[in-house]
Amino acid sequence: MREKRDWQVQDRPLLEVKNLTKRFGGVVANHNVSLFVERGTIVGLIGPNGSGKTTLFNCIVGQYPIDEGEIWFEGEEISRYRTAHIARMGLMRTFQQTRIFGKMTCVENMLVSMSERRRRLTDLFTPGSRADRARALDLLQFVGLYSKRHHLAGSLSFGQQKLLEFAMALMSEPEMLLLDEPTAGINPTLINGLVDRLRRANAELGITLLVIEHNMRVIMNLAEYIYCLAHGEMLASGPPEEIRNDQRVIDAYLGAT
Amino acid sequence: MNRKMAQLLALAALFGIGLLGPWLAPSYISQFAQLWLFIVLALSWDIMGGQTGYNSFGNIIFFGIGMYVSAVAQVGLVWPVAEYTAAKGGGTEFVFNADQIHAGLALGIPLGGLVAMLAAIVLGALLLGMRGHYFAIATLGLAVATAELAAGWDYIGAGSGMVTPTLPGDMNGPVLFYYLSLGLAIVTILVFAWVYSTRFRLAINAIRDDEDKAEALGHHTTRNKMTAWAISALFTGMAGAIYGNLSGFIDPHDIAFNAEIGVWMILMAILGGKGTLWGPIIGAIVFFISKELFWTYLLGWQRVALGLLIVIIVVFFPEGIMGWVRERWPHLFAPPHLDDEEDDETPAGADEDKEAAHA
Amino acid sequence: MQNLQLLLQAPVFNIQLLLDGMFIGAVFALAALGMALVWGVMNIINVSQGEFVMLGGFIALMVAEAGFSPLLGIPLAALVLFALGWGLYKGVIWRIVEADMFTSLLATFGISIMLQQLMNEVFGADVRTAESGLGVWFLFDGMVTVTQIKVLAFILSFVIGLALWLFLKNARLGQAIRATAQNARAARILGIDTDKVYAATYAINAALCGAAGALVVMAWSIHPYMGLPYTLRSFMIVIVAGLGNLAAVISAGLGLGMAEQFAGFILGAEFQLAFVFLLLVAVLVGRQIALARKRQYLK
Repeated sequence: MREKRDWQVQDRPLLEVKNLTKRFGGVVANHNVSLFVERGTIVGLIGPNGSGKTTLFNCIVGQYPIDEGEIWFEGEEISRYRTAHIARMGLMRTFQQTRIFGKMTCVENMLVSMSERRRRLTDLFTPGSRADRARALDLLQFVGLYSKRHHLAGSLSFGQQKLLEFAMALMSEPEMLLLDEPTAGINPTLINGLVDRLRRANAELGITLLVIEHNMRVIMNLAEYIYCLAHGEMLASGPPEEIRNDQRVIDAYLGAT
Repeated sequence: MNRKMAQLLALAALFGIGLLGPWLAPSYISQFAQLWLFIVLALSWDIMGGQTGYNSFGNIIFFGIGMYVSAVAQVGLVWPVAEYTAAKGGGTEFVFNADQIHAGLALGIPLGGLVAMLAAIVLGALLLGMRGHYFAIATLGLAVATAELAAGWDYIGAGSGMVTPTLPGDMNGPVLFYYLSLGLAIVTILVFAWVYSTRFRLAINAIRDDEDKAEALGHHTTRNKMTAWAISALFTGMAGAIYGNLSGFIDPHDIAFNAEIGVWMILMAILGGKGTLWGPIIGAIVFFISKELFWTYLLGWQRVALGLLIVIIVVFFPEGIMGWVRERWPHLFAPPHLDDEEDDETPAGADEDKEAAHA
Repeated sequence: MQNLQLLLQAPVFNIQLLLDGMFIGAVFALAALGMALVWGVMNIINVSQGEFVMLGGFIALMVAEAGFSPLLGIPLAALVLFALGWGLYKGVIWRIVEADMFTSLLATFGISIMLQQLMNEVFGADVRTAESGLGVWFLFDGMVTVTQIKVLAFILSFVIGLALWLFLKNARLGQAIRATAQNARAARILGIDTDKVYAATYAINAALCGAAGALVVMAWSIHPYMGLPYTLRSFMIVIVAGLGNLAAVISAGLGLGMAEQFAGFILGAEFQLAFVFLLLVAVLVGRQIALARKRQYLK
């Protein structure tokens, strides 16, 4: 298990948030938050409701401007870039309330999610190559939506839309995915299958994951390192077993701060 | 019969009627030429308004630009433009022979389209970083501003307009412009059919359906919007170029930047059904025929009717004729897995996703 | 550009332009207040805003032509427009309150064309004005003229704006409007009849425009096609000032009025409108650039 390192070390982690502060008017949503995620790992982000997890995600992927601090991704300071630019660098997020294109079929949703990185405008004026289509079907297969491939995405159930959104994110070949509560709203009997897929995406496709999750069993099982936010500040961080037994984390969740 | 075949048949029928038009109804040839141009205008508006979700009130700008650029090019090939416009079309002095007319059109129409496209790229760079309704209102202002500016520019005849080159007596103007219009309409429909078969349609539909998500996926949304508007402007500009010649006279307020035609573009697309290939075509045909039939009986009130029509269509029939057809005969629009092409390559273990079916 | 030199050589002309700009700017602000209200509460950008102003003008004109003082036209125009606004809401607008903004944009655009052409058919396309019967003040040895009706228009715009502010702050209906603007669903749950609130909001907006129009016909002039520039001016003011900031709306209105007067004088009156529209584009682009630095979009 890794240790906190000196920030000056040359080979920087894939994602590095340094002393980030984000205010909404007088409310401090994130205060002096720092975290880092090494390439190829799965890291968890937990914290009670309103502790600033989703805000942190929004700051990282370019949805909100930040007030103080730095965000580094692949050796580049990205805290002034906007969402699309950051997404093209390979850092993407899924939404807590899923966002899919309801009027398109699942396959079309996949084809529209192909990465725009290293592609030119003229590439859009093709129906999508045979290989792209095959990969779209493979990924739909991977999340278990193959038989629904020609259904309108809007006709899927919430859980299926969530899986589709995950597949769309994979389709765009990200370096790193930020997942906002991937198991929320999914039938409990299917959670194990989903966790397994997250792990396979990490191991087989080499995608680094940062996961917000409320389901403790899932996150302790999935992540190899966990950060815990409370009241917008970084409360604790460490390997799952350490976090599980951390009195401050337990207090935060029971509201006894 | 699958859908592709049906579309091809419909297209062939449309073009067949178009080719035979001058023989079937020789006295309405100019009106039919207008109809073809209106189909082009409606289709061009729809790629922004219907497919991308960006309602442009300013496409009339490209129509007018195409018209003026073409006229200036046509004249400029032969005569000094400033003197020509100063002479108000020049009566006997500025004559054109058939070769000059043909060369002028061959240069003017594409050039009109290209300059309009350039204008769309410049305006798009300014305006398309902002979201829908800001864009819509900005184009509303720009359309009027352009007309005002054109009306103040002496080179193109300012407020009194300019005359397009007069054809020599032995040329049949109406037939020439009819076939030019028909040709442009055919090319436009085919190009749009092709564009909508590519991933570009998905990319602009994504902007229409959820622009934030398109951003989150890393799309170059502004660039895609600009591309769509540029395509739109290219064809609108060429239609304007032909329309100017068809009318024979260009005036900034009443013809080139005519706000009414700007409204018709929108109305035709919505009437037929936004965001489809056939909607704007059908909308243009229905609108044009009813306009020709009823417009004259309204005696000045037709513009009031135009406003009322917009309100009624937008509020009560926002899906247009195509939407109504879709509701009436849904099987025509069933998801394409009924006539599938790629299902043979079913990956192994496809039944694994049964579990997801319950999710 | 000769006029620019004139301004530098005879500074007193600047005062004339500044005053004229202030007077008309106050009326712009009045229409903009209405637009901000409807935009903020109902999420509708009312494209027929300028046509409401135009209608108010024609009502005052009719009052004047019937032999009464056109000043009477101010309350009457407000009243008639209130009724019209309520009627339009009950007939059309209620169907599109919940729809996306494009639908309302197009629908109110249709209404605007309808009203515009209707008035063109009824009154003709001529430029009209109503004589208020008030006098003129001459300042600086007659170098600067101030018609009293413009001063009255200026003051009344302020009074009406202030009355609206007090109404929104204190009156029961005003509080309901503000609650609905903040969260329509919550307001509904708390027993507020949001349908009535919307109708009132739209009607109040129309009444504000009507009063503004009555002032315009007396102090300046009207014609059936004047609407669009007023709509766009309101829009521009609201973008600059934001929703729900009275002082900002008024200062943006005054600023626009003055900018327009100077532009019209320097570039020539025929380019004054083109200037307004191009200024709108400049404002939008400027806002967009400012927002991009905050990772936001103009939406």
